[in-house]
Amino acid sequence: MRGRGRRVGWFGLVLGLALALCLVFLTLPIAAIFLEAGPAELLSSLGSAQALEALWVSLLTTTIALAVILLVGTPAAYLLATRSFRGRAALVTLVELPLVVPPAVAGIGLLAAFGPAGLLGGAIEGAGVRLVFVTAGVVVALVFVASPFYLRQAQAAFEAVDPTWTAASRTLGAGEARTFARIAIPAAAPGLGAGAALAWGRALGEFGATLIFAGSLQGVTQTAPLAIVALFGTDFDAALALSAVLVAVAAALLATVKLLTRGRGPTEGAGLAPR
Amino acid sequence: MGNYVVACFAALALAGCGSGGDAAPLTVSAAASLTDAFEAYGKALPGEQRFSFGGSDALAAQIRQGAEPDVYAAANTAYPEQLAAAGLVEEPVVFARNQLVIAAPPGSEIGSLADLAAPGLDLVVCAAGVPCGDYTRELLDRLPAAERQAILANVRSEEADVKGVVGKIAEGAADAGFVYSSDAAAAAGRVEAVALPARLEPTVAYGAAVVAGAAEPAAAEEFVAGLLDGPGAEALAAAGFLPPP
Repeated sequence: MRGRGRRVGWFGLVLGLALALCLVFLTLPIAAIFLEAGPAELLSSLGSAQALEALWVSLLTTTIALAVILLVGTPAAYLLATRSFRGRAALVTLVELPLVVPPAVAGIGLLAAFGPAGLLGGAIEGAGVRLVFVTAGVVVALVFVASPFYLRQAQAAFEAVDPTWTAASRTLGAGEARTFARIAIPAAAPGLGAGAALAWGRALGEFGATLIFAGSLQGVTQTAPLAIVALFGTDFDAALALSAVLVAVAAALLATVKLLTRGRGPTEGAGLAPR
Repeated sequence: MGNYVVACFAALALAGCGSGGDAAPLTVSAAASLTDAFEAYGKALPGEQRFSFGGSDALAAQIRQGAEPDVYAAANTAYPEQLAAAGLVEEPVVFARNQLVIAAPPGSEIGSLADLAAPGLDLVVCAAGVPCGDYTRELLDRLPAAERQAILANVRSEEADVKGVVGKIAEGAADAGFVYSSDAAAAAGRVEAVALPARLEPTVAYGAAVVAGAAEPAAAEEFVAGLLDGPGAEALAAAGFLPPP
């Protein structure tokens, strides 16, 4: 007994030490944002026009991006979850590729595809649309980097819907569209909500693709992360204040994900877990 | 076992120091516009260097936040002087000058400042606070108000350093921007430089200083001295910089 107890104690100590190290390392930088400047200083720094406009641009672009992602991503994820066809696995991998592509690469890719000198640049300009240097370009960058987070989670959520429910719905005469809208979406709602929160979080933090593809102009394309970088050199307190806001929003989004996926073992964190 | 863990961390810490040579590499925080010149200069030096290129303002902010490179070289003289006044760097020296120019894609029809005021043009500039951005605003402030406002209305993006401006133009995303003549020369073939009227040109001077508490003070001093006279000055001249005033 004594020997066994001592062995557990030794290993337990290692485990505890590792966890303590993780905790300190992961929480200290976040805590330091709030410790470096007091709440009063943070609030007054937030009054700067650049910080406020950046928060507005972030709110606007992430909301529109999320709407686009939900509108197109939900049926796309439903197809991936409910159909099996040749090349499905390859297709899923392709759709997930932006998850692992560095943001700067995403920005270069978007420019090469949709920029004025890009593959589709002529066609886009011919249609009288412009994406580079305008708010719409930020939305394009955000949709590109954030949608895989939603697609993954939504696909997992639809796959977890009890097939007897949808089968029953079909047996009772409901068409597939009606079954999708009335049965599958409500049943998968918590998972879809968690996916939306993850995608929103990713969009909110987007930096590299936006900078390279859309540029950075106050009130137009300068999102909160871009403003933090711009302010870092000139107004460190304002950069801290904006960072604090983003930490608070990110924490709220993470809490939402946790709440929505609580007690849903198989789908919990499906958007984050490696496959 | 406590000793074992300590040994583990010591090993980790050492691993972070790199493969280890005779002397630690010299760390140099330098303005993005110095990229080519300093990399060429580094090859002419016996020791090893680690360069961190970026906006002079961001690099100064890192030093104010406690970063300790051995050398700080900025695209203006104000930032090194401010850091010296705060005791963070030694007495700075002015080691080069540069010229602000208009950069445009090859074959562009832009031939003068007045062309930049044409409605609908897409301009990219450095952000305020970044030296190239401050020089750009200094230049624009010398223009008649109407022309200045017309040009500013065409600004589509404010970049964190001059290489961001060059990239946007070279990539075909923007029609023109303000960069240093050395950057335009470095990107020859991808961008074209249009000179500015001499009476409007801002004075662009570069300051460098040894950082207080530098890990390699002797090598740092040697590096800064070589910028004034020696391989550094030669590399700067070859990259299109002008000698200090």
